[in-house]
Amino acid sequence: MIEGILIGLKTALSFQNLMMVMIGCFAGTIIGMLPGLGPMTAIALMIPITYGFDPATGLILMAGVYYGAVFGGSTSSILINAPGVPGTVATSFDGYPMAQQGKAGKALAIAAYSSFAGGTISAIFLLFAAPSLSKVSLSFRSPDYFGLMILGLTAVAAFSSKGNFLKAMMMCVLGLMLASVGQDTLSDIPRFTFNNMNLSDGISFVLVVMATFAMSEALTIIIKGNDPAKAAKQISLTDLGSIKVNREETKQMAATIPRSSILGFIIGVLPGAGATIASFLAYGMERNFVKSEEKEKFGKGSVQGLSAPETANNAACSGSFVPLLTLGIPGSGTTAVMLGALLGFGIQPGPRLYETNPEIFWSVIMSMYIGMVVLLILNLPLIPYIARVLAVPRTFLIPMILFFSVTGIYLMSFNNFDIFLMIGIAVIATILRLYDFPMPPLILAFVLGGLMEENLRRSLLISDGSWSFLWDRPLTICIMISILLIVGWQIYKSFSPKN
Amino acid sequence: MKINSVKIISLLFFVLSAFYLYTAHQIQVFAFDEGAPFNAKTFPIYLGYAGMFFSGLKIVLPDRKPIEVDPTYLEFKKTILLVLTMIVYGATILKVGFFLSTSLFLVFSYYFLGERRWKYIIIFSFPFVAIFMYLLHGLLAVYLRDPLLKYIGIMG
Repeated sequence: MIEGILIGLKTALSFQNLMMVMIGCFAGTIIGMLPGLGPMTAIALMIPITYGFDPATGLILMAGVYYGAVFGGSTSSILINAPGVPGTVATSFDGYPMAQQGKAGKALAIAAYSSFAGGTISAIFLLFAAPSLSKVSLSFRSPDYFGLMILGLTAVAAFSSKGNFLKAMMMCVLGLMLASVGQDTLSDIPRFTFNNMNLSDGISFVLVVMATFAMSEALTIIIKGNDPAKAAKQISLTDLGSIKVNREETKQMAATIPRSSILGFIIGVLPGAGATIASFLAYGMERNFVKSEEKEKFGKGSVQGLSAPETANNAACSGSFVPLLTLGIPGSGTTAVMLGALLGFGIQPGPRLYETNPEIFWSVIMSMYIGMVVLLILNLPLIPYIARVLAVPRTFLIPMILFFSVTGIYLMSFNNFDIFLMIGIAVIATILRLYDFPMPPLILAFVLGGLMEENLRRSLLISDGSWSFLWDRPLTICIMISILLIVGWQIYKSFSPKN
Repeated sequence: MKINSVKIISLLFFVLSAFYLYTAHQIQVFAFDEGAPFNAKTFPIYLGYAGMFFSGLKIVLPDRKPIEVDPTYLEFKKTILLVLTMIVYGATILKVGFFLSTSLFLVFSYYFLGERRWKYIIIFSFPFVAIFMYLLHGLLAVYLRDPLLKYIGIMG
């Protein structure tokens, strides 16, 4: 492992990769800060650029963007009570009241230190957990992978849908349908191409991500008439107050950070749970841990109330890399986008990644830590300046997002058809968003579609067409029972008038 | 059962899944693959059924929290104008070239969204695209097709 860490450090600390971490963190912070635009949009906009680099550099850039976007989301939560990403909603509970009390600088500093500590502790967990789990997952077979992918999809649908499980499952199916367009990988038989040559290679992953996130988020902001800059005009973005944290506050944070880190990491590893659930659970847990007089301060600017969700959401981000790097199965929409990008580089994440591409495996883990340091030393002093991004009016912001989306696809294909297809998918995604159809399950399903079909193919061929492979091995049975429990519970909730 | 927009979307999804299932059955597989445990149409067929199952449930089951979007609060005009601008942009980018089509797309988009400060509209369109092109084409060596600039002799 020491050798691996050194390989990772060598790769991550090269001048080019250090620059990528910095650019990624900086760009991610700016995009994540804009309400409505989360890490998935930030990463989606970066994908066309990453294809110009080697895989390790590309992934390092995306990891930097991911952390930067989460940090940026916290900034808008604290300053204008408009969370940039769902994972930072809990941050606004105590962060925004602190900002209203004239302590915006302090709130941002507490958020930054907590994020740094949570990210650092969970990166250490990841360092030990990932190689061990990689070794365990080598014993997994096709039926187990097929089951795990269905489990991942149902879990994401269950947790990310805010009670709209059936809508989320419909989005999963839509994602799988889109992934099935194009030539069959084994027989080369065209499927759902309707004799259109442009569809014979299938629909590009970048196109679907850009359309369903960057473009449809921009169109949703327009159609709903939201203007993120309006909220920013109500506060002073230039005078945020002192960023110093006193001894008493440090003591309070020191108690909160370890428990929130552990909770966040565990929740992050679970498929579908992610930063949002981790931050809410950490907030609730912290409220139960503190003394009754401290409890009264929750929601009014409590240091622990701010520190707990910030620590947990960053820890969950690191945790979400565990299933991606060890099983090759993303546990969240954001890591699904990363998986898609990796597949674009010709790299298949999974247990073999640890052996076949150790420089990628370790450099990603190392760059996470470097990303944390960059966020702390670069972003914190620059926050008063970066925060002015919040005041950019939508009249400029939206056309820029659309421009980057169209350009991204244009640079990849030089094809009108892809641009029209992207616009079409974005319009449909915007309508679906208006009626609360979640997009992360669609992306996850789109990325996993090919792998799912491949594993089902192998499983059915080995069992000569019998579905008995689903209950042949104890591990597969456990996975299938988990799936049935999730689906059954969610459908019961849909039936039950009490819920 | 109350009919609302979500039910209509679910019904459309049901029809889409049924059409997908029909098309999946029409996929021509090799003769020797016809009776195989798995062929090119196996997975799509299951997907078609899954789509019909979930959308069917959504249609039949009562909505606990029905979502109704009030169209009077939606900015259709701006959104449609923006989408049409994107379509024109997509249609012209290859023929007119990246620089002119992108700059004009930005100008019209800013204007349609309500921006009237022409100084900023101009700065964030033509010079912005020129800098972007220089960064991509000049520094990162990313090829950008632009017949117009090539004709003028600015691009090689």
